[in-house]
Amino acid sequence: MSTDNKIDLNLPDERGHFGIFGGRFVSETLTAALDELQATYTKLRVDPDFQAAFDRDLAHYVGRPSPLYHAERLSQHCGGAQIYLKREDLNHTGAHKINNTIGQALLARFMGKKKVIAETGAGQHGVATATVAARFGLECKVFMGSTDVERQKLNVYRMKLLGATVQSVTSGTKTLKDAMNEAMRHWVTNVDDTFYIIGTAAGPHPYPMLVRDFQAVIGRETQRQCADQIGRQPDAVVACVGGGSNAIGMFYPYIAHPEVAMYGVEAGGLGLHGNDHAAPLSKGRPGVLHGNRTYLMEDENGQIMGTHSISAGLDYPGVGPEHSWLKDVGRANYVAATDDEAIDAFHKLTQMEGIMPALESSHAVAFGMKLAATMRPDQFIVVNLSGRGDKDIHTIASLDGVTA
Amino acid sequence: MNRISSLFANLAPQGRKALIPYVTAGDPQKEATVPMLHALVESGADLIELGVPFSDPMADGPAIQLACERALEHNTSLRDVLGMVSEFRATNSTTPVVLMGYLNPVEAMGYDVFVKAAVEAGVDGVLLVDLPPEEAEDVAVYFRDAGLDMIYLIAPTTTDARIEAIGKAGSGYVYYVSLKGVTGSKALDVDDVARNLERIRQRVSIPVGVGFGIQNGESAAAVSRVADGVIVGSALVNRIAANADNADLARAQVSELLREMRTAMDAAV
Repeated sequence: MSTDNKIDLNLPDERGHFGIFGGRFVSETLTAALDELQATYTKLRVDPDFQAAFDRDLAHYVGRPSPLYHAERLSQHCGGAQIYLKREDLNHTGAHKINNTIGQALLARFMGKKKVIAETGAGQHGVATATVAARFGLECKVFMGSTDVERQKLNVYRMKLLGATVQSVTSGTKTLKDAMNEAMRHWVTNVDDTFYIIGTAAGPHPYPMLVRDFQAVIGRETQRQCADQIGRQPDAVVACVGGGSNAIGMFYPYIAHPEVAMYGVEAGGLGLHGNDHAAPLSKGRPGVLHGNRTYLMEDENGQIMGTHSISAGLDYPGVGPEHSWLKDVGRANYVAATDDEAIDAFHKLTQMEGIMPALESSHAVAFGMKLAATMRPDQFIVVNLSGRGDKDIHTIASLDGVTA
Repeated sequence: MNRISSLFANLAPQGRKALIPYVTAGDPQKEATVPMLHALVESGADLIELGVPFSDPMADGPAIQLACERALEHNTSLRDVLGMVSEFRATNSTTPVVLMGYLNPVEAMGYDVFVKAAVEAGVDGVLLVDLPPEEAEDVAVYFRDAGLDMIYLIAPTTTDARIEAIGKAGSGYVYYVSLKGVTGSKALDVDDVARNLERIRQRVSIPVGVGFGIQNGESAAAVSRVADGVIVGSALVNRIAANADNADLARAQVSELLREMRTAMDAAV
């Protein structure tokens, strides 16, 4: 593990850059709205009343702190380091996504915006946005690729029950990246009264920063819980990376602690040898998409490629810019777990611990098991269990040939 | 003086306004584009914005999204687009050509490689919708040194201070986006455009083209009364889409609409 002493802990810079990554690559119409958001957030970030309102909702609405759980049987099975799970799956709505949507909804309310929009892939961020929209009395519209609408019917229905409108997106590959394009288009047209709640730590500045800040509660709690429960910090933290919001939430407070190794686990799909994966950090190169410069899956002509993952939430050709930076400065390691490895981890955690992880989180579990096996039993790692697996039952069932 | 500044310098004393059509390169077929460019010129185009197809055209409405998809079905690349400009230049050395699109294909090719190839092909300027002047600071030098104009957008939401900065960073002309929305929107408000152009002209010394929401002779004429250039894209692209299997008919219909705009604009002088 590289422990570069020169790692800048005060990123992004004023214009949203993490080294060469990040920034604000948007068409002119959105600049004023992003400037307004940045100015508001810069003020509220250090405003005790805003932070108190955020903390209050995290405690009493989301149910934080989420537990740090020692998965003893799984650890024994792996025969190495002790595996602890940060239980974001126990949050209200079943994933870490709500930490961010609470934060952004508070921003929207403060800015006097009555309408919120969101993009969603698997539907988790859409549900988390629809949930906080109901909580704060905001009008909510969620953009979702038509392919995802079809394969995530239950979440579409949940969003509708919560009072949101779900707009099916039929352009491009009809998945998450196209949903994000369409949300941007809607925002450009309705920028005066609409707040765009971006679901991951990507997009134009200041989104990667504010999403990170709202999710960093994960890492801060983990630090406290490790100190209380184990008496020291872990040897490594592990999290899955699609856009990378749960990972950056776990990593951020640990960046300044080089003795803690950090592993981001991308979707290896059918394997990294071909193109059927969603692993831009492992196999992509830097480019510009969705308002930021970051590692992307693109072809030789700079066109964005379709991706594949068993997990809809990781099925995205880009990644948050701070991860690209952490990779290039060598502070975090990025690896991949395949569909099969994730499915195997799903079953193992379910059977050995009675915890059914989301397929996204199963990627982190899969690598965590592999990593633990190479370590000593007196060492320990924390795997961020970013979401619960109820939403994936149909996928697992159809793989098993069961009609659920 | 390059082709773009000569154009505006020549039009100004005649009181004529520039008619600037946009088409997506490679839509619906690669071989359709160069004949289309010549047809545009014959129908009254003063300058051409040639779209470089991109997989994720975030700032575009359905018409240009679908045009990109049609062009990418047969992998129209930035290199192909430069080849088309080069072919167009074989018989047209006067009409300025501006490449319009998104940053990533240029970044993938490499700035130094791109500007060299673009100049060789006969490109005059570049408009990258997701590259605002702040992010262009480090790379603008490539374009400037190569003599390529950098055309930037100004929107209804752009502040006075930014308008000034954009006017300084850009060259050739600035592109005023007439409304809050994506390309192909229908809600152009001429009075609102006129008010904003006044604000822009106080702060920007280069010509101002206006695009978004211009669909027919009437709206082209109305905009030409206040702008230096009238930019029309989706309305033309829709005619290409309607005749995707018949290149001759597509050219005829595009030419018809463009001539209607030309006539209306010239009558409005």
